[in-house]
Amino acid sequence: MSMQGPIATGRCATGIPSARLAVWWLLASEVFIFGGLIAVFLLYKFNGAPGMEDASLTVTWAGALNTFVLLTSSLTIVLAHDAAEHGDGHKAFKFTWITIAGGLIFMCVKAFEYYSKISHGVGFTTNIFWSFYFTMTGLHALHVMGGMIIMGLVSFDVRKGRNLQRTELVGLYWHFVDIVWIFLFPMLYIANF
Amino acid sequence: MSQTATVQHQEAHAHDDHHHDQSFLSKYIFSVDHKVIGLQYMFLGLLMAALGGFFAYAFRMQLAFPGEAVPGFGVVSPAEYNMMITNHGTIMIFWVAMPVLIAAFGNYLIPLMIGCDDMAFPRLNRLSIQVFFVSILVLLLSYFVEGGGFGGAWTSYPPLSSVAEYSLTNWGSSLWLLAVTLEIVAFLIGGVNFLTTTMNSRAPGMKMTDVPILVWTINIAVIMFMGSVGPLVAGAVMLFMDQRLGTTFFLPSAGGDPVLWQHLFWFFGHPEVYVVLFPAMGVVAEIITTFARKKLFGYRAILYTIIATGALSFIVWAHHQFIAGIDPRMANIFTVTTVLISVPIAEMLFCYIATLYGGSIRYELPMLWAVAFLVTFLVGGVTGIPLGSSGTDLFFHDTYFVIAHFHYTFFPIAIIAMFAALYFWYPKMFGRHMNKTLGLIHFWGTVIFFNGLFMPLFLLGMAGQHRRIYNYQHFPDLASADLQGIRIFATTSLVLLLLFQIPFVWNFFSSMFTGEKAEANPWKANTLEWAAPSPPPHGNFKELPVVYRGPYEYSVPGNREDFWPQHMPDRN
Amino acid sequence: MSESAHAHPNYVKIWAILLGLLIVSLIGPEIGHAFDAPWIIVVTAFGIAVVKAYMVCADFMHLRFEKKIVWFLLLASLIVISAVFFFGVASDVIKTTGQNWEDCVANKTCTVEQRIIVTPHTYAEVSAAHDAQTHSGQ
Repeated sequence: MSMQGPIATGRCATGIPSARLAVWWLLASEVFIFGGLIAVFLLYKFNGAPGMEDASLTVTWAGALNTFVLLTSSLTIVLAHDAAEHGDGHKAFKFTWITIAGGLIFMCVKAFEYYSKISHGVGFTTNIFWSFYFTMTGLHALHVMGGMIIMGLVSFDVRKGRNLQRTELVGLYWHFVDIVWIFLFPMLYIANF
Repeated sequence: MSQTATVQHQEAHAHDDHHHDQSFLSKYIFSVDHKVIGLQYMFLGLLMAALGGFFAYAFRMQLAFPGEAVPGFGVVSPAEYNMMITNHGTIMIFWVAMPVLIAAFGNYLIPLMIGCDDMAFPRLNRLSIQVFFVSILVLLLSYFVEGGGFGGAWTSYPPLSSVAEYSLTNWGSSLWLLAVTLEIVAFLIGGVNFLTTTMNSRAPGMKMTDVPILVWTINIAVIMFMGSVGPLVAGAVMLFMDQRLGTTFFLPSAGGDPVLWQHLFWFFGHPEVYVVLFPAMGVVAEIITTFARKKLFGYRAILYTIIATGALSFIVWAHHQFIAGIDPRMANIFTVTTVLISVPIAEMLFCYIATLYGGSIRYELPMLWAVAFLVTFLVGGVTGIPLGSSGTDLFFHDTYFVIAHFHYTFFPIAIIAMFAALYFWYPKMFGRHMNKTLGLIHFWGTVIFFNGLFMPLFLLGMAGQHRRIYNYQHFPDLASADLQGIRIFATTSLVLLLLFQIPFVWNFFSSMFTGEKAEANPWKANTLEWAAPSPPPHGNFKELPVVYRGPYEYSVPGNREDFWPQHMPDRN
Repeated sequence: MSESAHAHPNYVKIWAILLGLLIVSLIGPEIGHAFDAPWIIVVTAFGIAVVKAYMVCADFMHLRFEKKIVWFLLLASLIVISAVFFFGVASDVIKTTGQNWEDCVANKTCTVEQRIIVTPHTYAEVSAAHDAQTHSGQ
């Protein structure tokens, strides 16, 4: 197969490059998936479903630490994007891998949280709150892992100075993952009333 | 103008590098060409339609002749009956209507109609068809696990769908759910591609209002699908957890709420009706204006109507749940919105009829199907009004009246419009014409026996026949000879309807090799796909077109011919 | 590319503001519980989440410089979800009593254990009985 793509890919009637436009559409559909989950959670919360008060039992400092980690990794990926925009593939590569390291720290903290809950006998089926807790954070963690893998794949091309615009695209996705966490954090860790 | 010329020059250079010989595998199986992917979607969809039709045949025979062996199937057990009605619905919506109307024609026609050589992301397109293929495999697998395929109806209300002790299909229901989710993912991937392609890759000179209605309708359908399916994906994850991990999201016994699933499902399920309706409306618009030789009446009006219908369709979903114990005050609101949505749809139909008015109509095969769409869909729409009003719906809910109404809307959408599109674009796809005599036999057989099948079901529904029942002989009120006679009549019509598809299958495949050769623009239509050779080669156009005017300039005074293609710079 | 022409925000400064907001949202519940005012928690938790999300969108995702259509796309999707779905469903799901029923767990008049419906059969038993019935029925 030749590497030459079709002409359609290069056209740009809206002024937004096709790849970036596609990522925005992808994010829009993701908004609906997480939005649906969050709406359902809030409905049960206002309904007073049994066990919703268990939000006070989540480890707030771990959630806060993870928020800090994700916010920081959002900063590093935007710095990577900035470097890529200036054509500095090596710097972009470095910042991308710092971001991946941030994702790893996030996953470690998450694993610690899961472990401590499950070792205390709290699992998926304990009550509705914990079902939501594991479903939402689990789905989010899958997105974090997916983001890390994509960033890893993209980074090596970027180091060689090819496809630099892809740093921005994974960055957009990573910011979205960050935003989801920004909303999950108060719902699952702080708002216990 | 100079900018356009520069773009053309650059593109012409790139265009030459794009063609190369390919092996059989990379040309037909793992192709990234939008036309091949579109045809793959179409053939998979038609195969699944055959399976769905076979299910319909088996369970209709069981209803007409309960307990007797069905030729070609054997005795239908209650579990098999439930499995077949469930999967008939699921297959016909998720694996026939959507892949054929949106994915097949969308993939095939969008790049051609907007005048570019392929989708913006060809490999993403290939991923979409691959995920779709896997979803079919998972669905088929679900029929062969212990307990058989899922039988809890295509709406899969919990707790029936979430507790294995109730549904008796422990793995069948999970695999079914997984298959549906995979199918949704395939369409989300494809949808991102459609939207990006249409927004960015249009031919130079093509303004928003020069885009054919079909491309508009497919894209609006995709946006609606994206917006409505998200909560269902979230709900499907939760239902899967309920099935496999023992959570209680939808189980009332431990604080869950089964009505919530119904809301999640129908929040998707109702926009979904319009998701498949819109491409069908687009197909009919293209065909009607071509064969009436008249400009489409009210291009902008139709466009705004589609957008209005799309927006309204998001706030009508609870009319499926009037007897589920929802808040009666909300039922009032949903009644109003439901009846309101018939206004824009009716306006759209009026625009089509106004297009026909005073046109010089040619009754070619596609035109016959398009007119049949208008007539049958009208019946479907009108019978929806008593179902949308909460008062009358209390009586009609879950009766055969609903089934008849539903099929009077979906059969025109998924089958009649699909055939219209197939007969219309067949010369473009395969470079040959289909046989007109066989086509006429197929058309009249299908339309007459479709009515023979579903018109009696209105009567059965009004007589109180509840749906999803294995054997009506167990119910004294419904076991009378009169009602059984109606059932046998409907089933006979179904068998004839299916038999009349044989001429089509023969026509479809034999015409590929022996049909009369078609020129590039056999119907003398305006849109850009007719500017490409028939069938279009890899890369579509000999020279990528530039657009000068809207897609529906027929019978313009001062022209020699009665059509004026979009890419033609001068008078025709 | 034209989008590299816009002036970049100071990313580190925005990051610092975001961390400040995080600390405020952590202190929020303490104040809320001290004054017994849950609304303070709602504001500090969700209000700040909205502000943080806005800042990430506008500055990190460069929505500030993106075409208006992208804002429109994201906001429209958020409004459809939060307003339409939530308010359409709320009256049914949040309700805990009806004409002939009561959700006693939510109303705190019974416990979850008291309400659990015990399933009489295991899966194997039910399906065996079902098979026996269908075979004898022919």
